[in-house]
Amino acid sequence: MIEIRDLSKRYGPTVAVDGLSFDVYPGAVTGFLGPNGAGKSTTMRMLLGLDRPDAGQALIGGRRYRELPWPLREVGALLEARAFHPGRSARAHLEALAAASAIPRSRVEEVLGLVGLAGVAGRRAGGLSLGMGQRLGIAAALLGDPGVLLLDEPVNGLDPEGIRWMRTLLRSLAAQGRVVLVSSHLIGEMALTAERLVVIGRGRLLAQTSVAELSAGAASLEDAFLELTAGEVEYR
Amino acid sequence: MSGHYRFRDAARMEWVKLRSLRSTWWTLAVTVVAAAAIAVAVGINSEDASADLTNNALAGISVGLLLIGTLGVVTATGEHTSGTIRPTLAAIPNRPLVLAAKAAVFGAAALATGEAAAFVSFLVCRIALPAGVPGPALGQPEVLRAVVLGGAGYCLIGLLGLGFGAVVRHTALAVGLLVGGVYVVAMLVAPLAPALMPWLPIAVVANSLTVVEPGMAIGDVRFLSPWAGLGVLVLYAAVALGAGAWVLAERDA
Repeated sequence: MIEIRDLSKRYGPTVAVDGLSFDVYPGAVTGFLGPNGAGKSTTMRMLLGLDRPDAGQALIGGRRYRELPWPLREVGALLEARAFHPGRSARAHLEALAAASAIPRSRVEEVLGLVGLAGVAGRRAGGLSLGMGQRLGIAAALLGDPGVLLLDEPVNGLDPEGIRWMRTLLRSLAAQGRVVLVSSHLIGEMALTAERLVVIGRGRLLAQTSVAELSAGAASLEDAFLELTAGEVEYR
Repeated sequence: MSGHYRFRDAARMEWVKLRSLRSTWWTLAVTVVAAAAIAVAVGINSEDASADLTNNALAGISVGLLLIGTLGVVTATGEHTSGTIRPTLAAIPNRPLVLAAKAAVFGAAALATGEAAAFVSFLVCRIALPAGVPGPALGQPEVLRAVVLGGAGYCLIGLLGLGFGAVVRHTALAVGLLVGGVYVVAMLVAPLAPALMPWLPIAVVANSLTVVEPGMAIGDVRFLSPWAGLGVLVLYAAVALGAGAWVLAERDA
C-alpha cells in the first residue's frame, strides 16, 4: 500500500504540497483528483523519490522509494507523456529500463504487444503520436510487473478506443490485487474507472472517499467534485 | 540476479542508452575520420624529419576533442532535456551510481574511439609522408606512449564534458562551458597569463601527452610531463564528475 504522511513540499515561495496525508490500498483503482496546481504530480514525484519532501514521508509498502531493492519490479510509474529520448526507439527505451532491473528482454516484447506498439517499436520514438507515447509510458510502467502503479494523467492524448482500453487495463490491474493510483482532470472518466478517490486542493487533503460516496449527495461526480474544490482553485 | 540492483545493472542500462542513439555512432565515427584526415594532410606536407612527427600526426585530436567533449555533454544533458532522467532514476534511485555507470560506459566508448583515432592517425600520417622523410615507429622510445596517451586525452575530455553536462543540465550552456574552458580560455591565457598555459586541457593534450620528448618548453613556459599531464586531466574530469554527482543527488529531478 501507499502511505502519505504529513507530506510537504515548496518550490521557492510556492507551496505545492502542504501537510498531506492519505493511504492507497490494493485491489481498487484509486482516482487522485484535484484542480490544476493542487499538488498531484508533486506528490507522485515525491513517491518516486524524484523530488525530496521538505517534511513528511511518502512510503510504498512501508519503505521509501530509494530503499526498494529493484524499484521497477515493485512500482511502475507514468509521470509525463514523453519521458523518453526522441532519437531512441521504443524498444531500446524499454530495453534500457529492463537492463537496469534485470528484467528479461522477452518481457520487453511482451509489454510492447500488450500496449499495441509492437509494430512501431523499432522506429525513433520522437515520431510517435501523443497517444502512442502515452502507451510507451504505460509499457514502461508495466515492464517489471509491479504491484504498485502510479499513473499521472494516463489517458492524455488517447483516442476513444485507447481510453476504453486504459480503463479496462487499470480495472483489471486493480482486480489482480495491485495498488493503482491514477491522477486525472477528467472527472467523467474517473467516475467510470475508479472506485476509491483521493481529492486534494492547494496541497491539502479534501476528501478520501469512494466514488459512490462522493457522488451520492450530488447530481453527478463532477458536481460533487466542483463543489468540494470550489474554494481551492487559485486561478479564478 | 541478486537481491539488489548494482553498478553492473546501471552500467548495462547506460550501455543500451548510449548505443541506441545514432548520434553516438556518428559522432564517434566522425571523430576518427576527422583525426585521420588531418593526419594525412600533416603527413603529405611534412618536409622535415627532425620535427616531432608523432605529435604532428596527432594534431587532429584537437578537433576530435571538441566532438567527443560535446558528445559527453549531450550524453548527460539529453537525459534531462528528453525527460529520460526520470525513468532512469526510477529504475536506479541511487543517483551517484547512475552517473558513475554513465561515466564508466561513456568513458570506455570514448577511450576505445580515442585510441582508434590516435593509432589510425599515426599510421595514416606515416603512410602519407613524402619519400625521403623517415616516419617515426611505435617501437621508438616514447612514441607508443605519445599515441596511447593521445587516445586517453579524448576519453578524459569526453568525461569532462559529461561532468559539465551533469552539472548545468542545459546543452548549449554546457557546450559553451566546455568550448570556453578548453579552447577560448587557452587563447586568452596564452598572451595574458602564459604561466598558466601548461595546465590548460588543450595544452596538456597537445604539448604534454602527445609529445615524444617530454618537458617541451615555449619561451619561459615549460609544459607538464606526459604523466603529470595525464594526472591533471584525470583530476579535471574527476572534479567535474564529482560536481555532477553532487548536483544530481541534491537537486530535484
